Amino acid sequence: MQLQEVFYLVFFFVVLFSLAYPLGIFLGRVFEGDVPKRVSFLKPIESLIYKISGINPSEKQSAWDYFLSLFIFNLLGFLVVILILMFQDLLPLNPQNITGMEFPLAFNTAISFMTNTNWQAYSGEVHLSYLSQMSALTVQNFLSAATGLTLIAVIVRGVNQKLETTLGNFWVDMTRMTLYILLPLSLVLTFVLISQGVIQNFSNYLELSTIEGVKQVLPMGPAASQIAIKQLGTNGGGFFGVNSAYPFENPTPLTNFLQCLAILLIPVAQVFAFGRMIKKEKQAVAILVSMSVLFFTLLIVSLYSEYNFLPEFARGIVPMEGKDLRIGTNASILWSVVTTAASNGSVNAMHSSLSPLSGLAALFSMMTGEVVFGGVGAGFYGMFLYVLLTVFIAGLMVGRSPEYLGKKIEAREIKLAIIGILLPSACILIGAGLGVVSHWGISSMSHQGPHGLSEILYAFTSTSGNNGSAFAGFNANTPVLNILLGLCMFIGRFAVIYPVIMIAGSLSAKKSIPMTAGTFPTDSYLFSILLIGVVLIVGALTFFPVLTLGPIAEHLAMLKGMTF
Amino acid sequence: MKKKNLFTTKDMTQGLIDSVKKLNPVDQLRNPVMFIVYLGAIVTSFIVVWGILTKNYSSFNFQIALWLWGTVIFANFAEAIAEGKGKAQAASLKNTKKEAMAYLWDGKNKNQVPASYLKRGDIVVCVAGDIIPADGEVVEGIASVDESAITGESAPVIRESGGDRSAVTAGTKVISDRIIIKVTAAEGESYIDKLISMVEGASRQPTPNEIALSILLVALTVVFILGVGSLKGFMSYSESQSQGGESLATIPVLISLLVCLIPTTIGGLLSAIGISGMERLLQKNVIAKSGKAVEAAGDIDVLLLDKTGTITIGNRMATEFIAAAFSNEEDVARVAFLSSMKDETPEGRSIIKLADAHYKLSEIHIKDQEMSFIPFSAETRMSGVDITENNGVRNLRKGAPDAIIKWVTSQGGEIHPAIKNKIDAIAKSGGTPLLVSENNKLIGVIHLKDIVKAGIKERFNQLRQMGIKTVMITGDNPMTAAAIAAEAGVDDFLAEATPESKLSKIKEEQKMGRMVAMVGDGTNDAPALAQADVGVAMNTGTQAAREAGNMVDLDSNPTKLIEVVETGKQLLMTRGALTTFSIANDVAKYFAILPALFTTLYLTNGVSPLKSLDIMKLHSPHSAILSAVIFNALIIVFLIPLALKGVSYRPMSAKEILQRNLLIYGLGGLTIPFIGIKLIDLFISFAGLV
Repeated sequence: MQLQEVFYLVFFFVVLFSLAYPLGIFLGRVFEGDVPKRVSFLKPIESLIYKISGINPSEKQSAWDYFLSLFIFNLLGFLVVILILMFQDLLPLNPQNITGMEFPLAFNTAISFMTNTNWQAYSGEVHLSYLSQMSALTVQNFLSAATGLTLIAVIVRGVNQKLETTLGNFWVDMTRMTLYILLPLSLVLTFVLISQGVIQNFSNYLELSTIEGVKQVLPMGPAASQIAIKQLGTNGGGFFGVNSAYPFENPTPLTNFLQCLAILLIPVAQVFAFGRMIKKEKQAVAILVSMSVLFFTLLIVSLYSEYNFLPEFARGIVPMEGKDLRIGTNASILWSVVTTAASNGSVNAMHSSLSPLSGLAALFSMMTGEVVFGGVGAGFYGMFLYVLLTVFIAGLMVGRSPEYLGKKIEAREIKLAIIGILLPSACILIGAGLGVVSHWGISSMSHQGPHGLSEILYAFTSTSGNNGSAFAGFNANTPVLNILLGLCMFIGRFAVIYPVIMIAGSLSAKKSIPMTAGTFPTDSYLFSILLIGVVLIVGALTFFPVLTLGPIAEHLAMLKGMTF
Repeated sequence: MKKKNLFTTKDMTQGLIDSVKKLNPVDQLRNPVMFIVYLGAIVTSFIVVWGILTKNYSSFNFQIALWLWGTVIFANFAEAIAEGKGKAQAASLKNTKKEAMAYLWDGKNKNQVPASYLKRGDIVVCVAGDIIPADGEVVEGIASVDESAITGESAPVIRESGGDRSAVTAGTKVISDRIIIKVTAAEGESYIDKLISMVEGASRQPTPNEIALSILLVALTVVFILGVGSLKGFMSYSESQSQGGESLATIPVLISLLVCLIPTTIGGLLSAIGISGMERLLQKNVIAKSGKAVEAAGDIDVLLLDKTGTITIGNRMATEFIAAAFSNEEDVARVAFLSSMKDETPEGRSIIKLADAHYKLSEIHIKDQEMSFIPFSAETRMSGVDITENNGVRNLRKGAPDAIIKWVTSQGGEIHPAIKNKIDAIAKSGGTPLLVSENNKLIGVIHLKDIVKAGIKERFNQLRQMGIKTVMITGDNPMTAAAIAAEAGVDDFLAEATPESKLSKIKEEQKMGRMVAMVGDGTNDAPALAQADVGVAMNTGTQAAREAGNMVDLDSNPTKLIEVVETGKQLLMTRGALTTFSIANDVAKYFAILPALFTTLYLTNGVSPLKSLDIMKLHSPHSAILSAVIFNALIIVFLIPLALKGVSYRPMSAKEILQRNLLIYGLGGLTIPFIGIKLIDLFISFAGLV
């Protein structure tokens, strides 16, 4: 690695944090209903939305009502998407006359976009009309991200409120997140992307002859507007099949840098927002420190492995397999770590071609539930569950029954937190465990040996973790896999959201205990270390055996020159 | 109890018998983690038997089965030992109760009835050699009582009517003299009954924190069941990708892996930890009415402590004689001495003691007939003596400042302003001034002072470090209270305290989310005791107080509240430490078992790429698995003493405690199994067991 490449990574982080902090403050204000001046001109629209939908913005909901609203709203989105996809051939804006989608694929795609996973069993330019892209997928990109964000507000209320049984109003939170945060940010990014050459049109696909005289079809479409929110909302579903490796999605080094930045922007900002709203910024910093340390560990493992662990014949050359020459190794690896750390899932390189340990780093990020910055909303609320677990295990060691931010962590919270951590893991283990011994799994693999195992493991991990990135090579578009992976995405999303809202409700109903010298300190470096330890140990204990049989075996076999 | 070793041979034998008894499925089902081990042991045993029947006996499977049963029995043993210690005590007490007869007393005659006939309010008489038949209060007489049956302390204690030491407990034995007792608790409601039912587990409900921890342990168990279950699938895929090689993933091996990974260490010791928490309090002579109360003690933020007896030594003591302008200190001491000769109050005696210590005044001899003592009366608020001497009568008086001043001026004497300043200074410093006068002259001042107990300030400092706020409760006026509070180093005080103001102070602290502990003995303390999160009633206290509190201190020592808090903290810490240890152990167990399990996967030319994972270099796959299982079983035994005694505890800030425990139990949990498993592997391969 060259010095300038190190500089690139450092520069990336400096920019990221210096943008995320002010955005965090902005987020916090929107959450609290104190709409900042810059966007206050949108206020009439907010009121109009409430008026049209008959919502009383001052009405507060219980935890259960809040969840129910969120769930029903998401299900309605799912239904709309599935209908649009299945009947897109009858709808306008379909210049290529793309046919309606089969049910399993439509089911899978609709769940994928509802859950902020954006797993692509489909290929945009083959399966989707412009209308489907814009009205089904892009809309869901906004709504699923906003859904995630509402949970930050819910957690904050759980922590801040005392002896209250309500958690705010889902419809209000949802409207504000979309209107004041996601729309303005996306608009700005869209124009920047267009300026760099990302396409935004309704043209027919172009048929061109290459220099060699071969006919080539160039897909077109309104890409820029979707890509902006795909990154900002950590959605990751590409407009085109090959996602951000495609020049029309990601044409220049600048767009590569900005998109990478956009992926982590809100995930970092939301932690700052949390600290600000609970009025204890140090608490948020402790969590951010844990996230950053984990991130750099993953990044270093990935980079080191990519440059140093190569098969014998490839030693001494820059590893470029599965990467775009325009983008290069560094930026590809950075992207792969960023996209799996956040629950984004867009890719600018073939993850299947990453060195085995880089693949492991990506897998591990997703297995722990993408809590290293993580998805919009999802990253923080996922980490929140680990925080509760850490507080519970280690908190006992100071001789007090565990508490976090003045709230006692008791059986109910632990039960819920465990559901949120356990169910997605169960999906991965059960799904992949069955897959490797079933015809429906083995027949989709494109490799033998440990790499084949990694492929199927990656598919179940990416969907259960609501990441959506693909390992490439694995044929996920089969009826069985579409349904199974769809269910994984569903569980991976709502089996986490439900406990988080219920925990917030339960915390909100508790009294608040003042912190003393005897309280387990959750704003110290020690806590950061513990939190890292718990994330690593929980992840490692659950997944070490299967990771050993997948990427680690592949890595060791590669070093020994074994093939399968 | 106090001096007993942690284990005696008798305890051990009984423990072993009980641990085998506990093998019935009903007992096992109560602990889901150990139930999995239990099932694993049964399945493995079946496989062994099946092997014998089909002439396919495997010594490895047999040893695995043996150690799995061992794991279950060791966990049972821990619980049995913890229960046994209290049980033995309860059992011996039950015996004495069975035989106990009571002698009802109607003022003249005694009437023998069985103890079980007694009702609340009955009056009974006990003479030397009698077992006290019921909890009660001494209404007449004084006796020495052997309370070793409850407290384990063999030295007899004095129980007498009135005063602080009037409460007696059923099952204790009168050694000398005769007392008349009013029964305060009927058969079946006494402490001993409560104690027996508690240690026998009848009312030992799992505490909230124990429940939460159990949920976590069950969840971890589910994770590992999924992990090991899915591993079977992954391994069979990997085997299919292998050129030859036999599968090691047999049922006994997978069960072994599962048992090693699930948190058996903490799972096996959890109930022992909870029981021993109450047991440790019992050793300190505190009976907790529920495990929940012990746990709550660890969370206490505010301690309400009575000034008298807790912070200061019982009563005020004379510390200084101050002379008026024309006299000297010895004169003051002499007059004070003489006027206090018949004063039996602790203050009076402290004056005698001080005067004697300084001026050897006990050698003064005045004939009794020459002295006429004036006793203290509420009206005059002074006491003293009139001494008839050759040249007349000397009127010596001692009393409250305003009373003496009134007396002196009525006799035509004058009060010097300088002495007034001294009086004020003493009052301001938290002391109590007493004036002494001879005839119409005010000759000096006695400085009575609350003596703060030695070391109490340091104790409060430690409490502060632990994040616990101390509040002194006193009937003194605010000025005096403030001075003593400053001297003792308490954080806050409640002056001119009444039962109502105590109650409202507790409510106020609780409103701010704090957990409050207090000590009380009087009936009017009962509401506050009930309101407090931890209310320790003194054994000598009234029945109402004993019922309102959630703990009873048999020694009636208010300072013990601090120890109660420490025991609560220790209990929680022990749980946390062993959970951390148990989870950290898994890392080493993975490194021991997985390489062993994986050596036949992805074989190419007879070599598995996973061979290089074998960092522990254990003898063989089978010895690796067996060693891990043996380690997993033995660690429970090794940790039993820790579970029973609790992790060592020193008052420190949460941060320091955390650092220390993380280092010991976190890091220790990571490293110890590596060493332990390696050693066991060396041993069993040397002994040729595998």
